Amino acid sequence: MQAGRTVTRAVAVPMARDWRGLLLISPTLVYALTMLAAPLALLIIMSLWTQDVIEIRRTISLDNYRQVFTEPLYRVLMARSLLIAGVVTLVTVLLAYPIAYFVAFYGGKRRGMWLLLITIPFWTSYLVRIFLWKVILGYNGVLNSGLLGLGLIDQPLTFILYNANAVVITLAHAWAPFAILPLYVSLSRIDHSLLEAARDLGDGPVRRFLRITLPLSMPGLIAAVLIVFIPTVGDYVTPRLLGGTDGLMIANMIEVQFGKANNAPLGAALATSAMLIVASVALLFLWLNQRSLRRVG
Amino acid sequence: MSNQPIIQVRDVAKYYGDEPALAGVSLDIMAGEFFSLLGPSGCGKTTLLRMISGFDVPDRGSISIDGVDMAGVPPNRRPTNMVFQSYAIFPHLSVAQNVAYGLKRLRLGRVETKRRVEEALALVALEGYGGRQPHELSGGQRQRVALARALVMQPKVLLLDEPMSALDKKLREQMQTELRRLQRAVGITFVLVTHDQEEALLMSDRIAVMFNGSIAQLDSPEGMYRRPVSRQVASFIGMMNFLRADIASIDPSGATVNIEALGSALLPGVSVGKPGSATIGIRPEMLTMLYGDHATAERVFRGKIVDTEYYGDLTLYQVRIDDTATVVTVSMRNTAGRPILQAGDRTRIGWGAESLVLLDPLESAK
Ligand SMILES: Nc1ncnc2c1ncn2[C@@H]1O[C@H](COP(=O)(O)OP(=O)(O)OP(=O)(O)O)[C@@H](O)[C@H]1O
Ligand SMILES: [Mg+2]
Repeated sequence: MQAGRTVTRAVAVPMARDWRGLLLISPTLVYALTMLAAPLALLIIMSLWTQDVIEIRRTISLDNYRQVFTEPLYRVLMARSLLIAGVVTLVTVLLAYPIAYFVAFYGGKRRGMWLLLITIPFWTSYLVRIFLWKVILGYNGVLNSGLLGLGLIDQPLTFILYNANAVVITLAHAWAPFAILPLYVSLSRIDHSLLEAARDLGDGPVRRFLRITLPLSMPGLIAAVLIVFIPTVGDYVTPRLLGGTDGLMIANMIEVQFGKANNAPLGAALATSAMLIVASVALLFLWLNQRSLRRVG
Repeated sequence: MSNQPIIQVRDVAKYYGDEPALAGVSLDIMAGEFFSLLGPSGCGKTTLLRMISGFDVPDRGSISIDGVDMAGVPPNRRPTNMVFQSYAIFPHLSVAQNVAYGLKRLRLGRVETKRRVEEALALVALEGYGGRQPHELSGGQRQRVALARALVMQPKVLLLDEPMSALDKKLREQMQTELRRLQRAVGITFVLVTHDQEEALLMSDRIAVMFNGSIAQLDSPEGMYRRPVSRQVASFIGMMNFLRADIASIDPSGATVNIEALGSALLPGVSVGKPGSATIGIRPEMLTMLYGDHATAERVFRGKIVDTEYYGDLTLYQVRIDDTATVVTVSMRNTAGRPILQAGDRTRIGWGAESLVLLDPLESAK
C-alpha cells in the first residue's frame, strides 16, 4: 500500500523538482564522490596491478586475488576476522538487548537520562578506552590484582589480554551503545496493548517475549548486528593494541602490506576482498531486515 | 440469559494517588447477558474492565468469575477474553495466525485449530480473509479480527473496551447490530464499555451508568430511559427537560407537586422523598405539539417557538411557555402532513402527568 502511494507520487512530480533535489544534495554528493567513490575506484584499480620489487607494474592481472584466496595466512586472518566480528556481535547484542529492553519498557520518565548515560563511553576517545581496558585486563591490571587480593586466584589470569578475548571484551564494550540505540528504538515502538493481548490470550512472560517482543524487535536487532559486525571485521587498532599475535585481524595485514611489506596492490586486493565478503554478509542481513520490516510495518 | 451471576464485583475500589478511579463498586453480571458500562470519559469504566480481566488489581474489594475468587489470578489464567480499544492485532501475523494465537497453546492439532479459526472467521463474516496481513484490512475488518481472536477461545466472558469508537458512524451502526446478533448466537456473556448512550441502549440487556467511579444506576435500557434516578443520569441518557418543582404532599395515592410554569400535578405511585423542593423531568417526545384548535390532551400549555431544529425524521422545537421565562424542548416526528413550525409561531403543547419523572427530591433545579 505504502509503496503504491510512493510510486504514484514519484510519477506525478514534475521534472524540475528532481533537479532542485539534486541541487540540494550536491555538496554531499560531491563530497561522497571525491572522498568515497573515487578512492574506492582507485583501490580496486590498484588491486589489479602488481608490485615488482620497487615499482608497480600497471598491467591488469588477478594475481593478487589468487594470492589472497590461496595463501593460508590470509585465509586464516580473514576467517579469524569474521569469527571475532561474529563473537563481538553476538556478545554485544546479547548485552545490549536487555539494556535496551529495560530502558524501553521500564525507563518511564527517565528514558532520556538512561539513553544519555548509555552514550557516556563515547565521551572519551576511542584510544583512551582501549588503554583503559589494557589497564583493567593487564597482567598486573585492576582485574588481576583485585582477584588476587580477594584470594580467588593464585596467579594472574593471562587469557584476558593480548589475545582474541581482549579484542572481544573491548569491542563489545565499545559498540554497546551502537547496538542499544536501534534496539531501543524498535522495542519502544512496540504497542503495549499487543503484549496485553498476548497475555489475555493465555501467554506467560516467556511466550510473550518469544512470540511478540522478539519478532517485533527484529528490525532493530538486525540493524544492531550490522552496525557492530561491519566495522568490527575491518577494525585494526584494537587487535593491534590488545590482540597480541593470536588476535591480529585482516585489517592489520592490510596495513602491513601498505606499510612495511611495501606491497600496496596486494593490500588493495586484501581490502577489496574483505569488503566484498563483508558486503555479502551485510546484504544478507539487509535482506532479512527488509523481510522482517515488511512483516512488522 | 440465566439468573446465575457469572461475575460478582464486591466493593471494588482503585485509587490513583488520592483520587479514586473506582470508589467501591458492587455489581452482578448474569451469565449470558449483554451488559454495558456506560459513562462519561474518565468515570472509571476501563478501570473496572481491567480489574475484571486482571490487568489491574483492585486496592480493595473482590471480584469472582463463575464462582471463583479472582484475587491473584493473572489475566492469562482467567476465563475472560478482551477486545481492546485499539484492537491490538499482531502486525507480524496474518489474520488466521492472529485468530489462532491463543489456540496454539492449547495444542489442539493442526486440523482442529484450522477448523476453529475458520469457524470464528465465518462468525464475523471474514471467510477467506485468513491469509491477509493486518495492514491489508480496513478498520471494521480489524475490529472483527480482534473479535474472532477472542471468541475463538470460547471464553465465559468477553470484555469489550469501546470496540467501536474508532469506526465511522455508518460502520459503527452496522457493527452494533452484528455484535448484538453475534452475542445472541454464541450465548457468551458480553461486558461492553462505552460512552455512547445510544449504543448502550441499543445493545444491552442491562446497563450500569457510572459517574466519578461509582455506579449511579443499574437498570434495563427501558428502565434507565423511563425512570432515571437522578438528573445526572437523565441528562446522560437521551434528552430531558428539567423543571423546578415543590413537593406539596405525599400520600398513598401519589405525590402532589407544583411544577414551575406547568402548575400542579399528581404523580401516581410516587412515594419516595418528602415535601420540599425537587426536580421534575419530562422527555421532549412526551410533550406533544397540538396542531389545529380541536386537538386536545390531558393537560395543555401555550407557548411561542423560539427555535426550530430540523433533523429530517424529527424536528426539535424550543418553546417558551407563555408568561414565564421557561423554555422547554419538544420533539415531534415529521409524519405526513405535519407542518414544520418556525421561530415566532405560537403553539399549544399537550402533556400528561404519567410521563413526568421525579428527580433528586431533595435537590433543587439549577
Ligand atoms: N494508570 C493510571 N494512572 C493514573 N491515573 C489513572 C490511570 N488510569 C486511569 N487513571 C484515572 O482514573 C480515572 C478513570 O480512568 P478510566 O480509564 O477508567 O476512565 P474511562 O471511564 O475508561 O474513560 P474513557 O471513556 O475516557 O476511556 C481517570 O480519572 C484517569 O485519569
Ligand atoms: Mg476507557
